[in-house]
Parts: sequence; C-alpha cells; structure tokens
Amino acid sequence: MLSSIISIVNTTLMYSAPLIFGAMSGVVSENAGVVNVGIEGIMTFGAFVGAAVGFYTQDPWLGLLSGSLAGVILAVLHALASVSFKADQTISGMALNFIGPGLSLFLCRLLFNNKTTTTRVANKLPKIFNVVDVSVLLALLITIFLWFILYKTKWGLRIRSVGEHPAAADTLGINVTKVRYMSVIISGLLAGAGGAAMTLGVVSQFTPTAISGQGFIALAAVIFGKWTPQGAYGACLLFAVAQALSVTFGGGRIDIPSEFLSMLPYVLTIVVLILFVGRSMAPSANGKPYKKGKR
Amino acid sequence: MKISPEYAVQMRNITKNFEECRALDNVSVDIKKGTIHAILGENGAGKTTLMNVLYGLYQADEGEVYINGKKINMKNPNIAIENKIGMVHQHFMLVENFTVAQNIILGKEIVSRCGILNMRKANEEIDKIVEKYGLKVDKDAKIEDISVGMQQRVEILKTLYRGADILILDEPTAVLTPQEIKDLIEIMHRLIADGKTIIIITHKLKEIKASSDVCTIIRRGKYIDTVDVKNVTQAELADKMVGRNVKLVVEKAPAKLGEVIFEVDNITVQSRAHKELNALKGLSLKIRKGEILGIAGVDGNGQKELVEAITCLSKVSNGVIKINGNKIQNTKPKNVIKNKISTIHEDRQKRGLVLDFSVAENVILEKYKEYPYSKNGLLNYGEIKKFAKEIISEYDVRPEDCVNAQIRELSGGNQQKVIIGREIANDPDLLIAVQPTRGLDVGAIEYVHKILVEQRDKGKAVLLISLELDEILSVADRIAVIYDGRIVGEFLQEEANENTVGLLMAGGKL
Repeated sequence: MLSSIISIVNTTLMYSAPLIFGAMSGVVSENAGVVNVGIEGIMTFGAFVGAAVGFYTQDPWLGLLSGSLAGVILAVLHALASVSFKADQTISGMALNFIGPGLSLFLCRLLFNNKTTTTRVANKLPKIFNVVDVSVLLALLITIFLWFILYKTKWGLRIRSVGEHPAAADTLGINVTKVRYMSVIISGLLAGAGGAAMTLGVVSQFTPTAISGQGFIALAAVIFGKWTPQGAYGACLLFAVAQALSVTFGGGRIDIPSEFLSMLPYVLTIVVLILFVGRSMAPSANGKPYKKGKR
Repeated sequence: MKISPEYAVQMRNITKNFEECRALDNVSVDIKKGTIHAILGENGAGKTTLMNVLYGLYQADEGEVYINGKKINMKNPNIAIENKIGMVHQHFMLVENFTVAQNIILGKEIVSRCGILNMRKANEEIDKIVEKYGLKVDKDAKIEDISVGMQQRVEILKTLYRGADILILDEPTAVLTPQEIKDLIEIMHRLIADGKTIIIITHKLKEIKASSDVCTIIRRGKYIDTVDVKNVTQAELADKMVGRNVKLVVEKAPAKLGEVIFEVDNITVQSRAHKELNALKGLSLKIRKGEILGIAGVDGNGQKELVEAITCLSKVSNGVIKINGNKIQNTKPKNVIKNKISTIHEDRQKRGLVLDFSVAENVILEKYKEYPYSKNGLLNYGEIKKFAKEIISEYDVRPEDCVNAQIRELSGGNQQKVIIGREIANDPDLLIAVQPTRGLDVGAIEYVHKILVEQRDKGKAVLLISLELDEILSVADRIAVIYDGRIVGEFLQEEANENTVGLLMAGGKL
C-alpha cells in the first residue's frame, strides 16, 4: 500500500514536469495575447532534438538546451505568421502541430538508420537524491520565476497589458509587436524544454508517441489555471495524478481494462474544462492580432 | 501665421489618405500656449485623425508638425510623449483588469533593481499629481469597478504622470453626466492655470462655449475657420460645422394624446452582473398614443435592463408588460415585433446590424421569412433590393447606390438611417429609441429627432431613452427620471428643468 502511494507520487511528479513546461509555455504567450495551440508540435520537436543531441553528445544538459532552442525555431514561425502577418493564431498554431512531428520523424529517419525512434541516450537528466527528476525541480522554479516576472516586474505588466488591451499599450509607447514576439519565443523555449525533459528524463529516447497529448493537456491546464502560472501548475499536477494512476494501476493490477485507465487524463481534461471553462477569464485580446490604426 | 515658440502646436498643410479616401486635405491649425482650443467638426470630418497625426498614431502623407516652434517628425507616440503631448482617447485606453495605479504607470514604470515594480514610490508620485490638480481617484481600484467619469480622470492622470504640457481630449464629454461635465471643465481650467495647453475635440457646441477660448472648425477633411469662442453664437458654430443652416431646437406642435397603449407595471429584473441584486426594482410607466416619453438617467441605472425586458431579450421576474392589452413579458423577441413594437437599439453595430451583410440584407433581418422577401425558403433578392432602395431614398441614406454595399462601409449616421427606416417600415405602435443619436453629428441628430416627432404626430407612441439630458428635454413630451431601477420623478416637458431633473438623476430628493 505504502509503496504504491510512493510510486504514485513519484510518477505524478515525473509526468507533471513536461506538462508544466508546456503549460508555462502557454501562460507566457497567451498572457501576451497570442494563443499557442502548437505547444504539442513544439514539444514533439523539442523531444526529438533533445534526444538526438543527448545521444550524440552524451550530455543531457546540452540536449535540454538544444531541445529548447529547437522550440524557439518553431515559435518564431508562429510569431511571424500570427504577429507580423496577422494570420489566424489557431491555424498557425495547428500548423506547428503538423510541422513538429513531421520534421522530427523526417530528421529521425535521416539520422538514425531510417528508424522512427532514436537510439537510447546513455545519460538521462540526473535525479535529485536519486529520487526526483531534476526537471521536476526546474519546472517548479520556472513557475515561480514566471509568476514573479508576470506580477512583480515591469515586463510582466507590459506583457499582460499587451494581452488585455494592445491599443492602450501602443498609445503608451509600448512596442506591441516586440512584446508579443518575445513572449512567443519564450513560449517556444519552454515548450521545447518540456519536450526534451520528456525524452531525457521520463523516457530515454524519442519515439513517435513520446509526446502524445501533453501539449494539449498543457493548454487545458492553462485555461483551468485561469492563465496564471500558479494555477496552471496546480492543474498540471492534477492531470499528472491521473496519468500516474493509469500507469500504476494499469497492467492488470486492478480489474479495469487498461484502455480505460489510459483514457483517464484525457477524460479528466474534458470534464474539468466543461466544469470550469465558463468561469475563467482569458486575457481580453487573446487570439486577436493587433492592427494598428484600424478604422 | 509664422512658426513661433509662442504656439504650443502648429500643424501645417496636413494631408492624410486612408486608401481611396482622403481624411485630411491640407489642414493647418495653430494652438497658442495656455489656451483651451476646440476642434469642432461633424463625425468623419477628420478631427480625430488630425489629432492622431499630432500624437504620432498615424503618419501624415504630407505636412509638418511644429511643437513650441520646433519641427518634429511624429513617427510614433513615444516621440509625442517625449515632446510632452498627452492624449485622452474617446474610447478609453485602459486595461480593465489592472488597477488605477498600474494603468497610470504602464510604459513608464517606477522600478527598483532588476525591473521589479516599486508600487510604493509610484503611488507617492501619483499622489503628488492628484493633489496638485484635485483629481481624486482610488489608486487600488480596478478599472472595471470604477465609473466612466473616474476612468477619464485616470486617463488625464496618465498624461500628467508622463509630464504632458499639451493635452488632447478626444470627445471627452460623450459619456459623462452633466455633473461630471462640470467637474471636467473645472479640471481643465485648473490645468490651464498651471500653464498647460488643452486641445478638445468635440461636436458639442454648448461645451465649447462653456470651456474653450478658440475654436477651429473642420468639415469633410478641410479647414473651414478659426474663431474666438466668445465672439460667436452656438448657431453660428453649427452652421460653420455643417455647412448649412441647422435648427438646434426641435420644432414640434403640442402633442395630441390618445389612450394609453403601452404599459409597464411594477417589473423586477435581475441584475446580470450581480445575480443577487435586482437591476429593475418595481419599475412602472405608461405611454399614450401620440406621445414621446423620455427616460432620463445616468448610465447603469436600469435603462439597458428596461429595454431588454420590453424586447424580451431578458426575463422579468415580476410584473407585467402590456401593449394594446396583450401581455408580452417573458415571450420571444419575435412576439414583441409581432405586437408592433420596434426598437432602435443603443449599440447599432452589435444589436442593430450585421456589419458584414449588405444594406439590402440588413433591411430584411426581421422579415426575411415573409412573403415577398422569401418564398419556400428561398430569398427573393429582387424584392429585397426593391425594399432596400425604397428605404434608401426615403431616408436619404448615402451614398445612394449602397444597396449591395457592406453596411460596415457606411458612416454611423447613415447606418442609423437604415435602422430607422427598417424599424419604421414595420409600422410600429410603439417605437423604442435608445440613444438614437449617439455618436451622430448635428445634421444627423436633427434628422433623427424630426423622424421621432413625425412618428408621434402620426399617433404612435415613442419611448426615448437617452443619456443626453439635453436630448430628452428638447424631444420628449413627458420626462421620466430613472434612478437605481425605479422611476423617481415625472415631468411634463414644459415643467421640467435641467437642474431638478439632474438632481433626481444623481439620486437626490426634491
């Protein structure tokens, strides 16, 4: 009994880290008014690049860094389309969800003997006291850091003003385009890191299903957490519990078909969104391209 | 006039095009330091465009801007702010869920190390300005919780916090109550006494007379004249603005009253924002045939809920609404129209029109199912366009060939004419007009008022709801004052005066 509780806690934390990275990615860009539904795609690409670099250099930290930068590359595409060219943010984000996995598989086959999985990395990200993944700690620190930036610094004030009322920010001399670009780039950085944390911490290689829905669950966590870092963090823990339960009790340990258990995180996402989405407040200008001097 | 540091602002030969349309055509204006200078013009005359050029939000295609005698290239608002220009926009530029203090410092934050906000010091800075000009505000309140008048103060504080010496106020009185307008003019005079220069954009003649020293008139993007305000009458200003002789007073014969046709009896409606409160608390009113009943009141005292209750857009928890003896409360909007009630809604772009539809499609929004406009579920565009053309010619909608044009492209006044034409074509027994002249200029206002009086003279009942007290006092035959969800006083037009009505509107007792 005790051992399964410890196991659940441990698995929860392990699965929560990539989710939290993804959710923080969403929090940053959506507070600046750019919806990023492409987190899933960015995470996938980050997962592949992280695993591949981790394998070749045998340095998981270098892998994590490369995964983050890979996320930035995709995020810049998103920013170009949705901020500079005022494209529909949802469509531009969806495109990332196709580009991310497509690009990953293409490069994977190219680099790893036409296989769709990378070779296992020799060194995973270290564990603290040999128990908790370092990415779990990183995720917590990033959440605290982000909360501090958003609510205690001038940059946070500017990011949120651009997400709420870009015209007001513009009249006060704030460069809306610049702030949105920076936020989307940071969003890509975090999502990329989240993907890499998955393949360098939780599993130790990239597979086509390494990222399966985490990006979307992270998006749900952003909404459930009312667009705040701390709220999204809590939401991610909840979703991770669901995942941990399905892992711990899967494999015939209790008398529920494992398929149903695997559905748990996703079903929970839908239920939570139905129950809470009406009550949460998105940034007012979220998803709307800012057109200057619109008549 | 030559360029000189005596003038705070000199704009020379400004031309600005928006795609095909020329918004400003070679406009020049000189604004002396330490004066209140009004820019007067109809809607779409180019007043706001001119000021947006001055503030760097738009770039002029031709022309120069001089500040204190120095030529400045106004590329963006930052340059305007550097040159101590501040602008209060007509639609407030405030972040709703930020506090007053956060809105004031945004973009020029006071920080300690590493960009960390120092709100204590910021509050001290704000307090200094508040005290100097008597602009009292609650710094920790969120914008969404404070009144429009307060929000405007925050906007003015924002410019002063940035050290503005030249303040541009764009239609500052459009949303204010009479008392708030008085306060604003007082604040403006205090700012002038301190050496500031104020530019006020408006189409309200009364306020120009009450506040300004000099007035520049613009019509259709062209400079018309600059006059000393004390040397002109309101009527002269109106003629210059519109370019023809306008009647500022509504002309009408005494009302010929018929029987009571419409009745609201003791209705209660739940507030949408606070479910435990009621927005209407037992409101009653009666309207006779051939009468215009005006509802005067400050925004947010139940006007919106009253209209929604009558038009069945929201539920009544208690009470009765009757027209021609039929109860209509808590039915469907369709039933309301069938009972010959037509409504000119307050927000014409949201409730009155589908902006992406053509003019023709907009005129049949209520009767698209009826013969001859449709048959067996198919629209008959021939008949629809014929009907639209009738409205266009009868109500003088411009441009004349706009049947197929998207209604979005029409000016506000012409959009309103389409709505009025559509609603009156229903031949209503009761015409409800909510803020029907909001945002319209003098010429269009004159026209709308004429139509309302015409309907009355045909023996129809008219319910006019407006936040403009002047409009109610001059158009309505009977005036009811709404306060806190109740009618708190009723006057015949000849008995009503601005002060008593204004007092009741503010919740005072007689």
